[in-house]
Amino acid sequence: MDRLIIRNDAYFDSVFLMSLSAELSETPDLKVGQVVLGTPPNKQLLQSQGFDATVLDPLGPTDLIVALRADSESTLITAEKRFFELLNRRQPSASHDAIERPIGLDGALRSQPESNLVVISVPGAYATMEAQRALQAGLHVMLFSDNVSVQDEIALKQQAAKRGLLMMGPDCGTAIINGVMLGFANAVRSGPIGLVGASGTGTQEVTCLIHKLGSGVTQAIGTGGRDLTQAVGGITTLCAIDALAADPATRVIVVVSKPPAENVAKQVLDRLAHVNKPSVVHFVGLDRSDKNGSVQFAPDLASAAQAAVQLAEGKPVSMLRSPLPADLLNRARRAKTSKQVALRGLFTGGTMAAEALAHLQAPLGQVLSNLGQGSAPATVVLPHQHAIIDLGGDEYTQGRPHPMIDPSPRAERLMAEAENDRLAVVLLDVVLGTGSHADPAGAMIPAIRQTQQRAKDRGQHVTVVASVTGTDGDSQGLDGQIAKLRQAEVIVLSSNRDAVRFAHAVIDEAFDG
Amino acid sequence: MADRSIVDLFGKNLSLINLGLPSFGKDLADQGVSVVDASWQPPAAGDTKTIEALTRFMAWPEAAHRKVNEANALAVKTLREAQPVILDVRTARDVVPGMHDKLVLHAGPPVTWERMCGPMRGGVIGGLLYEGLASTREEAEKLAASGEITFEPCHHHASVGPMAGIMTASMPVWIIENKTFSNRAYCTLNEGLGKVLRYGAFSEEVLTRLRWMRDELAPALSTALAASGPIDLRTVIAQALQMGDEGHNRNRAGTSLVFRLLAPHLVDSALPREVVARVLRFLDGNDHFFLNLTMPACKSAVEPIRDIPFSTVISTMARNGTDFGVRLAGLVDRWFTAPASKVDGLYLPGFSADDAALDIGDSVITETAGIGGFAMAAAPAIVRFVGGSAADALRVSKRMYEISLGEHPVYQIPALDFRGTPTGIDVRAVVEKNVLPAVNTGIAHKEPGIGMVGAGLVVPPVACFRQAFQTFVSVYEEQAKALG
Repeated sequence: MDRLIIRNDAYFDSVFLMSLSAELSETPDLKVGQVVLGTPPNKQLLQSQGFDATVLDPLGPTDLIVALRADSESTLITAEKRFFELLNRRQPSASHDAIERPIGLDGALRSQPESNLVVISVPGAYATMEAQRALQAGLHVMLFSDNVSVQDEIALKQQAAKRGLLMMGPDCGTAIINGVMLGFANAVRSGPIGLVGASGTGTQEVTCLIHKLGSGVTQAIGTGGRDLTQAVGGITTLCAIDALAADPATRVIVVVSKPPAENVAKQVLDRLAHVNKPSVVHFVGLDRSDKNGSVQFAPDLASAAQAAVQLAEGKPVSMLRSPLPADLLNRARRAKTSKQVALRGLFTGGTMAAEALAHLQAPLGQVLSNLGQGSAPATVVLPHQHAIIDLGGDEYTQGRPHPMIDPSPRAERLMAEAENDRLAVVLLDVVLGTGSHADPAGAMIPAIRQTQQRAKDRGQHVTVVASVTGTDGDSQGLDGQIAKLRQAEVIVLSSNRDAVRFAHAVIDEAFDG
Repeated sequence: MADRSIVDLFGKNLSLINLGLPSFGKDLADQGVSVVDASWQPPAAGDTKTIEALTRFMAWPEAAHRKVNEANALAVKTLREAQPVILDVRTARDVVPGMHDKLVLHAGPPVTWERMCGPMRGGVIGGLLYEGLASTREEAEKLAASGEITFEPCHHHASVGPMAGIMTASMPVWIIENKTFSNRAYCTLNEGLGKVLRYGAFSEEVLTRLRWMRDELAPALSTALAASGPIDLRTVIAQALQMGDEGHNRNRAGTSLVFRLLAPHLVDSALPREVVARVLRFLDGNDHFFLNLTMPACKSAVEPIRDIPFSTVISTMARNGTDFGVRLAGLVDRWFTAPASKVDGLYLPGFSADDAALDIGDSVITETAGIGGFAMAAAPAIVRFVGGSAADALRVSKRMYEISLGEHPVYQIPALDFRGTPTGIDVRAVVEKNVLPAVNTGIAHKEPGIGMVGAGLVVPPVACFRQAFQTFVSVYEEQAKALG
């Protein structure tokens, strides 16, 4: 059966009507659903399709015709209803203030031609290409992406050096340039200390401790973890040292890195020795505290911060390496049973984990870890064994975000440890700042409480000790994060080093800091 | 020797770009620093051959990049400076370079009779009937297949043609001159909508109209033009863009403006009153009359960038209903083709997507010169063809700036604060960003002889752009490296 709905003097533009027809025709079981104006060709068309000529004949080009055909009355009614819905529908006005994002580096440069630095975090396979283009465009680069080949890294860094540009990374997680936090970084005050860091959380820890000691930083330049390897040869580190040397605002230079290749270390130290400024060097895991001309070695991250502040401010600063809180330590030692012997360090920061491992390995004998070479895989740790686990390691981050962004893998791992009746002490790092989870302490509390409760159920007590890397300016709120942890009976110390010392002392009566 | 040093960065205001994780961009914005959070996707949508070419291209020495940039700047400058004017209407045989009685020009890249789509075959049949070279459809088909007729692209003869784009020797053509560079371009007169030759229709009605256009319309227009003198098309197009045309699918404003310019001279002329009336009525009844003027205007604008060594600017886009073709300023007359796309559009009453031919016509010359789909934001009235709102039209135009190197000084978009239309398409940006030119178009029936069935937006096939860029890199690689 047919139905013709007529609206006299209802002009609509033909495009609108075409789209209306298209949508109306989607009505189930509708055979014909056409919305047209009564122009002669349209009327002719409808007549040729068998619609009633007597109705159509008198209509003119400003009359709206809805021609419907279906086998049942109910379909016609549905279609008619649908037509009026479509006709009366207001196009949802797309928000005009929705920001049009420019496409790619090229588009970004066009919309902001004065750009001077780009943060690149695209998949590794495309990272080289984007970084290369950025350098060609005269931009300084922070390349967060990893999975870039060593050859590409060398080429990029050489190109940058030639152009007088900063090439931070690949695999550079942390930098502070002109007070702007890039990647994972903390709100530290501006001051006289310039940093060059090959390790992200190492740089975060040192800058936060500098801030805590009342000083501040000019720049924290990231280099990427491989910069001081034999192959890369410290290209970015050397460029950064030169830049900080030439920077009038920088009075002290700090270099933090994993232990470099020997001849690269020599080059770096030579360069520092020839800079007319004092410098502090910490190679994570090397327990050196000697001084060589203007170059001061520091045995750990906290000492590096302290030495730098002392040099920069020209006066001794209060010791960070304070005696461990004896009452807390004694209580922790007394509370555990003799069966509880094992230490678990569950870290989100790779450098924090490395620092813990370096400190504990010698005194505790075998410490299992997924860090570095020769360690047994961390997945086969026996209940009584010690383990330092970097949850940011590749085996934990395949297909999921870094634990500093998504803390749940670490919480799950701790939940699993809650059933271990040989466990004595849990060691954690909590890293605040840009890039990190909005509430990293809070995200760990349920797992911490469960661990404590399960121990209590067994008539045991597990000590949880942590340090918080952050400043009062970080969005997560340093005080609030510490308070949350303390409320859950976590012992919070002022540096990773001190947290490691405390954890060590809990299971080793002979060690008291 | 480095022209800058790292220490120069210290103490300066940072102007940042974030490329990758949006959370990093947000962290930067939260710090109150100036940051552009660019959207990112794998270059060339991950196409390995194109990525390889892009990588090689980027490895060229700086001097070579400078050369490319200079060549592209020249191309954009040339496009911006074009000043198309209407000179006259004359018979193709007398003015179109190389035109002869056995030559049939068609839209798009070269195509043989065997590979021609339905509407183009229909147009050829109509053209041969019109020329009196055949008297029936069968005769025309036989003649077309015989090898006696030469088929060549309009583009090879300084011409363009909408849809099938058929031009034969005795058809009247517009003569457009680009005054800045003294080159000319040609196009047939627009027949109107419905059953028309350019959509492959060749019935008696079609042929009768074509004869009338030759015998009455063309001489009348020529008479009017003789009285008016050359008409500045650049100004007319600029005005039309401010009146809701985009210069390709909507031509109502442009047609009205030309009507105004010609009507007084027609009325003043010694032409019989009934001829003038028929001519004016025809113009009034044909919204797309102006399309056949914007097209040669754009052709005359791009012709001077035909041969600019080292330029990656697209000098031609065209379709013949079988293939979509592009040419680059740096690779002169070389066509790169890929199978023509389906048009995404709306259909006239009684037709559906099943009736549609593939994308066809030289009218994409308008997009090549920076109007048409590129000026979509100027034509909210037709935006529903892309199924969208006025905001979508803005988005389409804004996106085209991403693949264009410059902006037109006179063609402006009111809705974008009179920003010049995106001009000078860079094939490198097209392939790298995988953003294809937005093309507005009509839809022809797939069978010869029927005509227009709808209109819409078409996405050109990416393959021919990739091929063009890859070839560009290979062709210039040796010279580029020698500059290092």
